[in-house]
Amino acid sequence: MRGINLIPADTNLNFMSLKKVFFVISAIIVLGSIGLYTANGLNYGIDFKGGILMEIKTTDGPADIGSMRGKLSGLGLGDVSLQEFGAPNEIMITVQAQEGGASAQATAIESIKNALGEKIEYRRTEFVGPKISDELFLDGIYAVGAAIFAILLYIWFRFEWQFGLGAVAALVHDVISTIGIFALLGMEFNLTTVAAVLTIAGYSINDTVVVFDRVRENLRRYKTLPLAELLNKSINETLSRTIMTSVTTLLALLALYILGGEVIRGFSFAMIWGILIGTYSSICLAVPLLLYLDIQRRSGVDQNEQEATA
Amino acid sequence: MIYFAKWKIFSILGICLFGLIFAAPNFLSSQQAASLPSWVPSKQFSLGLDLQGGSHLLLEVQVDTVIRERLDALVDSMRTELRKARVQYGSLGTTATGATVTIKKPADVDTARTLLRNLDGDTTVTVSDQGRIDLTLTEQAIRDRRTAAIEQSIEIVRRRIDETGVREPTIQRQGDDRILVQLPGIDDPERVKRLLGKTAKLAFHMVDQRPRSEAAGGTTPPGSVRVPSADEFGPDGRPREYLLKKRVLVSGDTLIDGQATFQDNQPVVSFRFDTIGSKRFGKATTENVGQLFAIVLDGKVISAPRIREPILGGSGVISGNFTVQSAQDLALLLRAGALPAPLSILEERSVGPGLGADSIAAGKIASIVGMILVVVFMVVVYGRFGVMADIALIFNIILIVAGLSILQATLTLPGIAGIVLTIGMAVDANVLVFERIREETRAGRTPISSVDAGYSRAIRTIIDANVTTLIAAILLYQFGSGPVRGFAVTLAIGIVTSMFTAIMLTRLLVATWLRRTRPDTLPI
Repeated sequence: MRGINLIPADTNLNFMSLKKVFFVISAIIVLGSIGLYTANGLNYGIDFKGGILMEIKTTDGPADIGSMRGKLSGLGLGDVSLQEFGAPNEIMITVQAQEGGASAQATAIESIKNALGEKIEYRRTEFVGPKISDELFLDGIYAVGAAIFAILLYIWFRFEWQFGLGAVAALVHDVISTIGIFALLGMEFNLTTVAAVLTIAGYSINDTVVVFDRVRENLRRYKTLPLAELLNKSINETLSRTIMTSVTTLLALLALYILGGEVIRGFSFAMIWGILIGTYSSICLAVPLLLYLDIQRRSGVDQNEQEATA
Repeated sequence: MIYFAKWKIFSILGICLFGLIFAAPNFLSSQQAASLPSWVPSKQFSLGLDLQGGSHLLLEVQVDTVIRERLDALVDSMRTELRKARVQYGSLGTTATGATVTIKKPADVDTARTLLRNLDGDTTVTVSDQGRIDLTLTEQAIRDRRTAAIEQSIEIVRRRIDETGVREPTIQRQGDDRILVQLPGIDDPERVKRLLGKTAKLAFHMVDQRPRSEAAGGTTPPGSVRVPSADEFGPDGRPREYLLKKRVLVSGDTLIDGQATFQDNQPVVSFRFDTIGSKRFGKATTENVGQLFAIVLDGKVISAPRIREPILGGSGVISGNFTVQSAQDLALLLRAGALPAPLSILEERSVGPGLGADSIAAGKIASIVGMILVVVFMVVVYGRFGVMADIALIFNIILIVAGLSILQATLTLPGIAGIVLTIGMAVDANVLVFERIREETRAGRTPISSVDAGYSRAIRTIIDANVTTLIAAILLYQFGSGPVRGFAVTLAIGIVTSMFTAIMLTRLLVATWLRRTRPDTLPI
């Protein structure tokens, strides 16, 4: 039983000649993401903005969103939004945080239940108070910041600083663009999305590490090869594994995205995006950046040949 | 590299076997697992509230009210003492952490200071210019009060929840002044929230029945308070107000029992005092036959009956505007006792059993399909080597399940996502190794030396790649809460187990196969 080489071994694409194009694309992605974030903001879920979320299922056929909206808007609860959630008889209701403390939330939840009447299954009821949503938001920022910093330290420790910088540039690019795509599509940004962003931070660096390891190995092996050619060679040599590792993870995530249910869909979407953009940024951003980061090329015989890596 | 030391082979196989044994109980029902003999591992991982249904409530004890009450009491006793000693004073009131008073005559300052110093051992007394005396609660006293209030609140919350019959609730202190309550499988979180939302401070007061003219006109006579009714409304729709004597006849903390019963076909709540309460209640009712007294719950009059005869048995009945449910709830609250301070709900996450079951089903399907996709892909791309990676992948899942069981971790919906993600990531290490082997083969090495080089050269990359993801998982655990933590746990376990299966197990499989068949070319 023999495997199939999906990416031929003699693949030799000239990535480095397109580096300016990649830089422009990445700049557009990053600036666009920041712009979208500033202009549109993120569609924060109740985790981060506080409020009430209810997921209901009508037990007597498809839900009539219009009439439900009518019933709920009469309650004087402020912003109420209803949307179909996965199936015609499943509705997600979000209500803004109520003035007047905890008892006001409980009252609001009860009045919604009364207004909607019978024949409804309450699948999920969540309420997040302003104190908690602020804490969760800060925790999220701390976690992402700390992760990026810790990964930077690790890469710095394992490679020379130039590599660390390149890797973190790619990583920040991936994180910002993930936030950007959520701002662009107006998808709900909640706690699981932050979990996805953090995982992307940890995972998208994998491809970068693979290519960087090869760059380092080639730097020792080919002392005179011009740097741009050497980088290009390294990308091509590792292209197959960079793509294959992403494909296996994407296959699992696609299953999760399609079959895992509504609650987890935002998470799987963020992960899928993160892996695609992570693969792109490893090849097209992190490696070409090394060209400008003044990496050291040692002369003489290298005794560390045995340390060479995949 | 194709020769493994015996102890290594045994360790690798041993870990896999242990994984199987520890994972196995999860495929039994909990009854079956419980009936296993004690020497067999029977721990199962538990399902998070988002999968089995239930309520997660984060409560905050409003501790400041306890301190405030203490300060109000301090001011009251200062007033009493100063009046008794006929000291003229002004601007008596509370400050942020104490009370202040200004003594009018300089000659009285010393007397007042001595009086006030003996008033409360937990305060420090300072005298400043113009006869101003400040009493400040010591930090220790404030801290003790807070701790006591929170511990007592936890105890009362536990009693109330136990009374509702919820099975296996988790009630624990979180942070400084918060209580985390987790109630698996409850179907009516509203009732629990209603019960926890009440302080349930019960007190009996006499009704101030002085002529209306005195009470009317907005002025409240000294020694009396206006208290709104819980369920009687005036013609203007506002709650009717009662004028009550400030002094508490008997307070609710002397109650030892409360039961919902019926009287004249109306739901009522019967109660019973302890010895001290019985005596006080007996005395008060003896002295005030014919008068009205009020039963006040959380600052609202729930009933104001007339005392027809002395009540000496230490028990009585509260009849108000009760439904069966509200009578039961009040009885429960009286049995469980009053909270020292009000609780507010900071966060609630309740999931019905329907959604939980759907999530489990969706998670299972997604895991199985994801698994099949990856397994097939690996075989297609790497042939026989892919099969070996797939065997390792299956053991990886088994080890994750075993790890969750040993750690007694909670599987949440994001946790399932973590497992699916790990399925995709676990084979990455194998991909790196296999690609390296291909490369070495192309460079003209023999099969054995290619495999050897493939493993030894890929390992560092594999470790680098996994450590970064592990860093993210640890931070996620540190900063995350609830279901997200479940994700961090499965992700972290998955990373560790996948490194074991990819580096050790597949390598053992590949080496064994190489040694047995000694192929001329590698089918990769």
